[in-house]
Amino acid sequence: MTSLIGPANFKFFGFLPGFFLSILIPVIGIGIFIYIMARRLAPLVRAAPNHKIDRVFERIINLFKLWLGQKKQPRYKTAGIIHIIIFFGFLILSIRSISLVIIGVSQGFVVPGFDGIIGDIYNFLKDYAATAVFIACIAAAIIRGIIKPERYKVPAKYGKDHTSEAILVLGFISILMISESLFEGSNAVAEFHSTGHSEFLAPLSLGWIFKSLLMDVSQSYLQGIYIGMYYLHDITFFFFLCFLPLGKHFHVITSIFNVFFIKLDKGTVKPVRYGVSNEELDDLESFGVKKLEDFTWKQMLNFYSCADCGRCSDKCPANAVGRPLSPRFITIKARDLIFENYPLSGKIYKSKFLFDDIYSEDEIWSCTTCGACEEECPVGNEYIDKIVDIRRGMVDEGMVPQSLQKPLKALEKRGNPYGTMEKKRADWIKDKEFAEQCNVKILEKGKTADTLYFVDSITSFDDNIQNIARSTSKILTRAGIDFGILGKKEKDSGHEVLRFGEEMLFQDLKEQNIEEILESNVKNIVTADPHAYNALKNDYKDCSLPVKHISQVIVEKIKSGALTLKPALEPDKIYVYHDPCYLGRHNEIYEDPRQALDAIKGLKRIEMKKSRDDSFCCGGGGLMLFYEPEEDTRMGVLRVNMAHEAGADVIVTACPFCLVNIQDAIKVAGKEEEMEALDLAQLIEQHLI
Amino acid sequence: MEILVCVKRVPDTAENEFELNSEGNDLDRDDLVYSVNEWDNYAVEEAIQIVDKIGGNVTVVTVGDDESEEVLRREMAMGANQGVLLSDDAFEGSDGKGIASILKAGVEKKNYDLILTGAQADEGAGQVGGMLAAMLDIPYASLVNKIDIKDDKKIVVGREIEGGNQEMNEIELPCVLSIQTGINEPRYVGIRGIRKVAKVKIPVKSASDLGLDTASIGSGAKVKRVDYFVPDIGDGAEMLEGSTDEIIEKLIEKLKAKGGLS
Amino acid sequence: MTQIFVYIPHNHDIAEDIAFEYLDAARKIDSSASVTAVVAGSGDNLDKVATSMASLYKEVIKLDNEAFAYPNSEIIRKALCSIISSDAILLIPHNTFGMDLAPGLSIKMDSAFAADVVDFEGVDGSTLKIIRQELGGAVSTHVSCDISSGAVITIRPGSFAPMEDGTESGTIIDKSDDIKDVSSKRQFLEIVEAEVGDVDITKSDALVSIGRGIEEEDNIEIAEELAKAMGAVVSCSRPIVDAKWLEKSRQVGTSGQTVKPKVYMAMGISGSFQHMGGIKGNPFIVAINKNAKAPIFQVADVGIVADILEFMPELTEKIAG
Repeated sequence: MTSLIGPANFKFFGFLPGFFLSILIPVIGIGIFIYIMARRLAPLVRAAPNHKIDRVFERIINLFKLWLGQKKQPRYKTAGIIHIIIFFGFLILSIRSISLVIIGVSQGFVVPGFDGIIGDIYNFLKDYAATAVFIACIAAAIIRGIIKPERYKVPAKYGKDHTSEAILVLGFISILMISESLFEGSNAVAEFHSTGHSEFLAPLSLGWIFKSLLMDVSQSYLQGIYIGMYYLHDITFFFFLCFLPLGKHFHVITSIFNVFFIKLDKGTVKPVRYGVSNEELDDLESFGVKKLEDFTWKQMLNFYSCADCGRCSDKCPANAVGRPLSPRFITIKARDLIFENYPLSGKIYKSKFLFDDIYSEDEIWSCTTCGACEEECPVGNEYIDKIVDIRRGMVDEGMVPQSLQKPLKALEKRGNPYGTMEKKRADWIKDKEFAEQCNVKILEKGKTADTLYFVDSITSFDDNIQNIARSTSKILTRAGIDFGILGKKEKDSGHEVLRFGEEMLFQDLKEQNIEEILESNVKNIVTADPHAYNALKNDYKDCSLPVKHISQVIVEKIKSGALTLKPALEPDKIYVYHDPCYLGRHNEIYEDPRQALDAIKGLKRIEMKKSRDDSFCCGGGGLMLFYEPEEDTRMGVLRVNMAHEAGADVIVTACPFCLVNIQDAIKVAGKEEEMEALDLAQLIEQHLI
Repeated sequence: MEILVCVKRVPDTAENEFELNSEGNDLDRDDLVYSVNEWDNYAVEEAIQIVDKIGGNVTVVTVGDDESEEVLRREMAMGANQGVLLSDDAFEGSDGKGIASILKAGVEKKNYDLILTGAQADEGAGQVGGMLAAMLDIPYASLVNKIDIKDDKKIVVGREIEGGNQEMNEIELPCVLSIQTGINEPRYVGIRGIRKVAKVKIPVKSASDLGLDTASIGSGAKVKRVDYFVPDIGDGAEMLEGSTDEIIEKLIEKLKAKGGLS
Repeated sequence: MTQIFVYIPHNHDIAEDIAFEYLDAARKIDSSASVTAVVAGSGDNLDKVATSMASLYKEVIKLDNEAFAYPNSEIIRKALCSIISSDAILLIPHNTFGMDLAPGLSIKMDSAFAADVVDFEGVDGSTLKIIRQELGGAVSTHVSCDISSGAVITIRPGSFAPMEDGTESGTIIDKSDDIKDVSSKRQFLEIVEAEVGDVDITKSDALVSIGRGIEEEDNIEIAEELAKAMGAVVSCSRPIVDAKWLEKSRQVGTSGQTVKPKVYMAMGISGSFQHMGGIKGNPFIVAINKNAKAPIFQVADVGIVADILEFMPELTEKIAG
């Protein structure tokens, strides 16, 4: 037992009982906190609906991985480790903090179950936790305040720097840690003085250090420190709690909910409005996000949950090439607008059109929907759905760049963005040399096959990319697969039409394709275009046929022995595989293309530093080819340079758009002599025995 | 300001490859896609922008068959307030003058302050606007790429002339202007926009509704298209060979023939 | 006998090229036609033009009035109506002035109208047989035109063979006094010159388009010189814009401008699908490339395997003469 008078029994100025203060502080603190939270919830109440709470088990698993497991944090080593320390420190210390509040009212309170060995273990852990958090805070402050990594910078056009807020919060946390430890330390010293022994404090923990430092301090002084630190901790604790919802540290509270409501299906795009079926879309007054309240409450929760860590923008290829897009500020600007329109007191302001307020058109069109930002976000914020929602709003308002209007109109009239006649869609099979070797069936007039090869527009019409179609056909033929194409009845998959916000046009293309696919009576679908693959798999929910990317088929058929490959034709060359966004990140097919390459004996393959889910977008596919925002350099050029630095001679990809962009970029980078790009299907076809 | 914009449904030059039918006297129209004439689209956008700025009403009108209704709807989806379809079997075969006469009859009883047309359409004549203005005895300016409304009596317009220069004119209202592309950036019209106006009634006016004497219009036209033909295009380039001087000589000859040297 | 009037546009004291092309057009309409030139303007400039035209045309009508100092189509229309017999054929250039003038004039003269004519196949009775183009030049058409009550016809500049030197000694008839009404509801204010570097490649009939074969930024000058000699404008493929050697507005392609020239000189351009997607209207494509296998040769009308850096200067020299 301590010889010091605890806060519950302490009398200020000789008469004011401590427990009075100990009740007042939490009551005021919690009262203010509830008020602030209520104000913060106001916009969410007015927001568009989100999906229903479904798949709870999966969501809980996600909580364990992303929230409790801090899965994304180690992707940035130093900052990640610091965060993990602070995060777990907080979790451990939360019990201590709550018990401390109660101790203020009831001296000697012990959390139920913590009076035995569990309590001892807990105390041991929390001493180190507080110490570790304190050290982490200092490290974080050094990084924020002195080292200042690029990703934390706030360009003037996006608003004010947030460093001071970060440092202030680190200060709060440090005060909490120090005051708790001094409270603990002073108590231990007093106990030692009166009884000759004291409570065990973990060696080298903050409390232990303070205990050693306070050994010679007088009893009355100790009493002062004891009570002073208690209330410093108490006040800081509630001040901190109320401070959290005012800025980027709101994530401390919201991230658990944010992760719980995360999108579970990769590669998909949210519907125009939850609860409204495709058939009912025509009845909607307005489409997409035009003003703040058009976001769903989940999207607003994303804004609140942003920790402003800058990882999204650090990984954003659009940001890297100097396009006017930084995903971090898509969020921060919206969050600041919420704070402005929904102030803590006074009336709520009417929201304006977002483009009069915070976003620019070019900013929104700059996104390639590569998904790098979402892959990185530690709290599971989503960007593609928001970009698509905002684009839906722009399309509804007619705000579409002229260079995109042409291909969109062509898609409406002709089913492909180039405006080429439908009947020419299968012209690639007429190539003389190819036709002699390979006879591709067109599934029309009742003709059917086991497998549909869905070619999609660029592969059907681009003279150079048609080679991928021919290679794919030869591989399928050699593998003994009975396949055919839809020919002129195939329409563009609409993958980018959907992602560029032209929902109704996408619905049209989708319906026409599904009708033709079902009519052809095939059992499954193969495509060599990851964008088509993603569309068929994730966007065409009503078409339930299994879909495979050609890389999966190749690996399967190599394993079954149906395909055999020659040893490397050019064993001196060094190959590197570039992960297409819609094959990799959005559909997690990382291994098949690599296995296919490794099946070629003697082929030297290396990896780029940025690969798999950290792959760097080539510049985007589909309609992105028709739109170029202002940029300093091309994404493809950066990617080619990465491959060059890795020491590669040949960049192998598995996507027609990647091939177009990378081949172009090789020329722009002036590396035609040293490097080349190839599609996986072309390389495999060359090695077919 | 009451603005009328005359529009036309045309085969879309960007989305089509033109081939002749088997008889060789007309285009193979089976695979053609049609849309609103590109220049007209700029004219409608300009009208909408003017009305957005100073108030008023935009009417789109076309002379055509039932299918022409689709282009009226597209322009209404853009923001035109109403559409009028002038349609009659007797209109078929009209030359530029015939079309202008039909439009004149459609315009006459209304008091439009401003009538816009596209600078040209599929036939590349650029004739209807100027003819309509002359018939109505009101001033006209062609190839307009800037409109500045001064007051309800006069406007200042820029005309795009050779060398990318702009000829500025002051012109009295009412007047007819033919609009050049690039005057603005027409807004996008999606499928959703068109569906929204799908049920709006579009009045159809026939020759008798307009009180038109059919002698001067339709088959009575003085100018008639006899047939279409496609000048030969070989496959692959004709490779010029020989000494540089010979090549250049041949090339210059060809360039002259194609109007590439001026 | 067919009576043909031709309107002579002029820049200050020099007649525009079309003035030399009318005679070929008139001959193709009716080789026995009497052709009268009409020149409107004011003062010395007008006299100079009228005099030079008298060496080409048997008869030159001169209309002198201060109101004609800058051609206002409304005033010129009234003037032409008052001096030209209503059953005659009047030829006007299909340029920005002709497009302004001709359609309304045909209404006021109550004659037939045909625009942007590229060729004539003679008169049959009262029917003039005309060739013109539609759909941005994608197709040509035969057109019959009833000229019994006259016709106003605009002809495409450059479509008819120009006269070299005139040997005629025509008479100049001054009909200025016939012009009574020079009022107009449209007043010319000023010419706003195009900004330098603000060239609209979509409006040019001839493009010298450069690709990676240009190799260095400094070499763009070589293309500019050729373009100048041809009366063309320099456009480019995407890599040139990427390199920031030319501005974005010069780029031809699906991600750049869509152009509809009559002649397209693809200089060191390989001819990617994305690039070719920006070329519409079936122009006459000349491809010059070092690489004999460049895909551009598949779509070009005329191909030359050469280094553009060597070829262009020589071509420029020959054209500039």
